[in-house]
Amino acid sequence: MRLRKSLVMLVYLLFVLVPIYWLVNMSFKSNREILGGLSLWPAAPTLDNYRVIFTEPTWYMSYLNSLSYVSMNMLISLLVALPAAYAFSRYRFLGDRHMFFWLLTNRMAPPAVFLLPFFQLYSAVGLFDTPIAVALAHCLFNVPLAVWILEGFMSSVPKEIDETAYIDGYTFPKFFIRIFLPMIRPGIGVTAFFCFMFSWVELLLARTLTSVDAKPIVAQMTRTVSASGIDWGVLAAAGVVALLPGIAVIYFVRNHVAKGFALGRV
Amino acid sequence: MKTYNNKAWWLVLPVFVLVAFSAIIPMMTVVNYSVQDIFDPSTRYFVGTEWYREILADPRLHDSLVRQFIYSFCVLAIEVPLGIVVALSMPRRGLGVPFSLILLSLPLLVPWNVVGTIWQIIGREDIGLYGWTLNSLGLDYNYASNPRDAWITVLVMDVWHWTSLVALLCYSGLRSIPDVYYQAARIDRASHWAVFRFIQLPKLKNVLLIAVMLRFMDSFMIYTEPFVLTGGGPGTATTFLSQTLTQMALGQFDLGRAAAFSLIYFLIILLVTWVFYTAMTHNDDKG
Repeated sequence: MRLRKSLVMLVYLLFVLVPIYWLVNMSFKSNREILGGLSLWPAAPTLDNYRVIFTEPTWYMSYLNSLSYVSMNMLISLLVALPAAYAFSRYRFLGDRHMFFWLLTNRMAPPAVFLLPFFQLYSAVGLFDTPIAVALAHCLFNVPLAVWILEGFMSSVPKEIDETAYIDGYTFPKFFIRIFLPMIRPGIGVTAFFCFMFSWVELLLARTLTSVDAKPIVAQMTRTVSASGIDWGVLAAAGVVALLPGIAVIYFVRNHVAKGFALGRV
Repeated sequence: MKTYNNKAWWLVLPVFVLVAFSAIIPMMTVVNYSVQDIFDPSTRYFVGTEWYREILADPRLHDSLVRQFIYSFCVLAIEVPLGIVVALSMPRRGLGVPFSLILLSLPLLVPWNVVGTIWQIIGREDIGLYGWTLNSLGLDYNYASNPRDAWITVLVMDVWHWTSLVALLCYSGLRSIPDVYYQAARIDRASHWAVFRFIQLPKLKNVLLIAVMLRFMDSFMIYTEPFVLTGGGPGTATTFLSQTLTQMALGQFDLGRAAAFSLIYFLIILLVTWVFYTAMTHNDDKG
């Protein structure tokens, strides 16, 4: 059984890694070598592609812009979603089920036509081309997701734990922060990661709401396509660098995801 | 049994305000576009439901809608079971945990246009590993000219890209099952299947609901990856709904018609998701 499991995992990880390997492989090649033929590793490894990214301000600034709105979005999403998810998991109130489902409907709007009104809205409130505009716009799909995932985790915590804590004299904020949040740590870890991920890779809204000052990395990447063709090497290198912050995030939340739920704590 | 308490609204209010700010005004603007014929910002005519009637009779919509449903069905049928299997196979402790978590999440972190680019290169028979391997095995594989190959490539790309999402959700769901359940199962000498069927699967229901709905919505709106990979071709073999919509909105510059299309599109997703949601939760709130 254990052996079969490891085998499944190994095969799947291989499936995941081959395209990533190809991306890394491409990022160390010149365009001529990429288009010249099949090679499993770079014949003449070059750092030129990475040099472009780390020396040209438009490239490295776009990474910083992306990081700033993504972290703002992650923070806002978690802060507002935690209490809301608790309300949905513990109480019935007027319109709760409708509200819960309505939240999710905000993920369902096909973006193409909605971009123009978004642009008008954020220009009207004077936030156009700032990271906070993108952070707020991304809340549209990240906050509902955060509420939904957290609600699932909170509902699996028995309600008796809340009641026992209140009998023991805990106030709501104290109970929520000291007892309840540690119990749903895997959920918070996963939620933080998903907020980060969806905001990091989103292209259309981020591109529409920024122009120069707050230009995100995903929009900068589309610049590698020019009249003379696609700059495959730089695009691949930018893709590799774009993986790094996400790896850091998943590394930080790994214990929360893996820790599980110790019932003996209360 | 949940207590009825309207004060819980205070906990939900920040979420409501934040989401409504970005949701309601753009939605109303699009509704407004959809009932007008717009030539330029100052020349516009009210046309009522004309765009809606025209679009519902449009064969391009029917074609891409059918294609879209088949695609989303395939995506769910492959990714959900595969995601559960991967989650069950993941190590529970030791160094393997962070290692496999990081490797699993890699595809999710690749920007979508780069996802298309990777598969575009790797599928080419002259310079890509997969395309080259398949062709040297004697298979005549070419995603740019053969509709079947293009379909399979887009599907495999989606499985590669998104199965990790299902797997990560299920894994964290599995980790929240208290050990006492497993101990009880061991005392009862339950089989692996019984443990899965009666302990793990019921506890996974909440995360699976989210996973199924997310994968449905996102696969139904898929745009960037197939656009980069195949451009919708060959012919219209991989032209999904959102690409038809974008062609209409940008290519023909028909804002009113495109807005009406978006709303119909939105309502289809809404309806299907609502059916999933109701079907998967109808046993919950009997009390």
